[in-house]
Amino acid sequence: MSVNLAKGINAFKEVIDAPIASFFSSCVHCGLCAEACLFYTETGDPQYTPIHKLEPLRRVWKQEYTLLGKLGKMLGLSKPVTDAELEEWKPLVYNSCTMCSRCAMACPVGNDMTYMIRKMREGMAASGHAPADLIGASTRSVEIGSPMGIRLPAVKAQMKHVQADTGIEIPLDVAGAEYLVLMSSMEIINFPEYLAAVAKIMKQAGKTWTLCSEAFEATNSGIQIGVSDIAKILVQRIVDGAEKLKVKTVISPECGHAYTALRWEGPNLVGRPYTFDVLHILEVLDGFRSAGLLKTTGFEDALLTFHDPCQLVRRGGVLEQPRNLLKMVAKNFVDTTDHGQMNWCCGGGGGVSAIEEAEPLRLQAFKKKKSQLEETGAKTLVTACANCRIVLEEGLEHYHMNIPVVGLTEMIADHLTEGE
Amino acid sequence: MNHLELLTFARGNALNWALMLFAAGVVLRLFEIFSLGRKADLSKPRANSPGSGWRTVFTRSLPAEGMLKRDPVTYISGYVFHLGLFLAIFFLAPHIEFFRSMTGLRWPNLPTPLVDASVVAAMVALGVLLAHRLNNPVKRMLSGIGDYLAWAVTFLPLLTGYMAYHHLFVEYTLMLALHLFSVELLLVLLPFTKLFHTFSLFISRWYNGDIFGRKGVAS
Repeated sequence: MSVNLAKGINAFKEVIDAPIASFFSSCVHCGLCAEACLFYTETGDPQYTPIHKLEPLRRVWKQEYTLLGKLGKMLGLSKPVTDAELEEWKPLVYNSCTMCSRCAMACPVGNDMTYMIRKMREGMAASGHAPADLIGASTRSVEIGSPMGIRLPAVKAQMKHVQADTGIEIPLDVAGAEYLVLMSSMEIINFPEYLAAVAKIMKQAGKTWTLCSEAFEATNSGIQIGVSDIAKILVQRIVDGAEKLKVKTVISPECGHAYTALRWEGPNLVGRPYTFDVLHILEVLDGFRSAGLLKTTGFEDALLTFHDPCQLVRRGGVLEQPRNLLKMVAKNFVDTTDHGQMNWCCGGGGGVSAIEEAEPLRLQAFKKKKSQLEETGAKTLVTACANCRIVLEEGLEHYHMNIPVVGLTEMIADHLTEGE
Repeated sequence: MNHLELLTFARGNALNWALMLFAAGVVLRLFEIFSLGRKADLSKPRANSPGSGWRTVFTRSLPAEGMLKRDPVTYISGYVFHLGLFLAIFFLAPHIEFFRSMTGLRWPNLPTPLVDASVVAAMVALGVLLAHRLNNPVKRMLSGIGDYLAWAVTFLPLLTGYMAYHHLFVEYTLMLALHLFSVELLLVLLPFTKLFHTFSLFISRWYNGDIFGRKGVAS
């Protein structure tokens, strides 16, 4: 056994816990998880069956943690996990799983395949079977500060532009502010309207907020590739920034996995509960709405629909907030079939959009989103995750569908009552 | 050994051994699961979550939204089989008498023709599920010898029970002994095959509901 393989198997052994043992014990091979997975439904290829993507992890569980499996291993009857097998499984564990959790909502015995894939990736990465693109993104995150290689000067340049456009000063490193606002690289590079929207909304609500020069990036490649050590470094930056500036609340931007990383995984990665709250921007906005701090005028003309980002709705519990907010600015709104908790993924979550070789498959899987959208007849697609947004834009362009994709925060900001 | 002696053995020593192995197997498998434990989650759970472990233990018995129409064969045959088997095990008068002799507890039985029909329905559903397993590319890929073994040891008690009740082909005493042996085979293999989901599904559903529930999601 090579050193790397041993590391990988050890990582598998380390992540296997009682929930995983109960999941593997309960699987009856009914195959229903495949019917919940867009990589299977849009390709018809059985290898994309969610539970099958976990086969090497299952065998390590069986061989190491069950009496029968151990006997089988001793007698040389069981098939050991090999490097070649893990390499073969790489596209299944990374390219064709967005960790969207739809299968975990559908499995009749309650198996949480996402919980297992997240942990399995630890062993894949440890044994050297993570995709090169995710290794690159993680390295840039640690060394430069952002998976897309963005440094503070780029953030400052955007702050300057937004200040010029809105006439609102963008606060940086203001100690004692109520909110620390984070961004995703995607928002820094592609969607500067997010920062402008936050500035306008905070001004209207009369809230103090700040950016942090040491913690501006919210995304976390560590949880996508499956290296908790890296994920911890990235979360720790935010924790340090938030505690240094003594903010009450850290706002996760319109990014699904950043929210998962910071809100749900973060305290476990840094090994202690936070001294501050973490909210997604939509939770903050909905809080402002119910407190009467968010005043809007006018409504969108076009027929709108909303794409629920998986990490917000299924793995985050942010379900009602976007709909409450949409009601403020849209009279002409239609939900897709399977919206909310059973919404279909854009196809690019969990690091998939960062893996170049996964693109053809991702575009094939996008047919599900395409048919969902076509059914509604919506003219504008609203979402609340910058990664979903870019994946949706690429998919729509690929299929020649002329539907603009808009971030919900930005849409709300466009309707703010002036002069208040 | 004549038929009566065989039946006596099936009802006596064989049954006792089977029940002991079954109980020991179940305890072992539960220990294998729970001894692995899980780390405490340090993230702050959502207050007033609509979801919880206990909720999912029950709600997961129904198909998730939109799933039934994607694979109606699996769902419908699955329900028919499980319900038919449940009625046969717990509501056939001789079975209740058996449980009474073991535990002292008794409950009302269902009319035998109704239980008989439910056994036929369960066997038909198992047949459909086997055909589906052989024909559906996903199921066929997932299936190994364990799946077919589990199918067979589940089917045999239904078949032998049905044959014994209707006095089909084999002399009744012998058939009853064979029925008991088939049940004993099922008991011994249950903890060590996927049939252990009979117990573990409550655990896995609970974990699922708990993982989602703390995030404010009713899974």
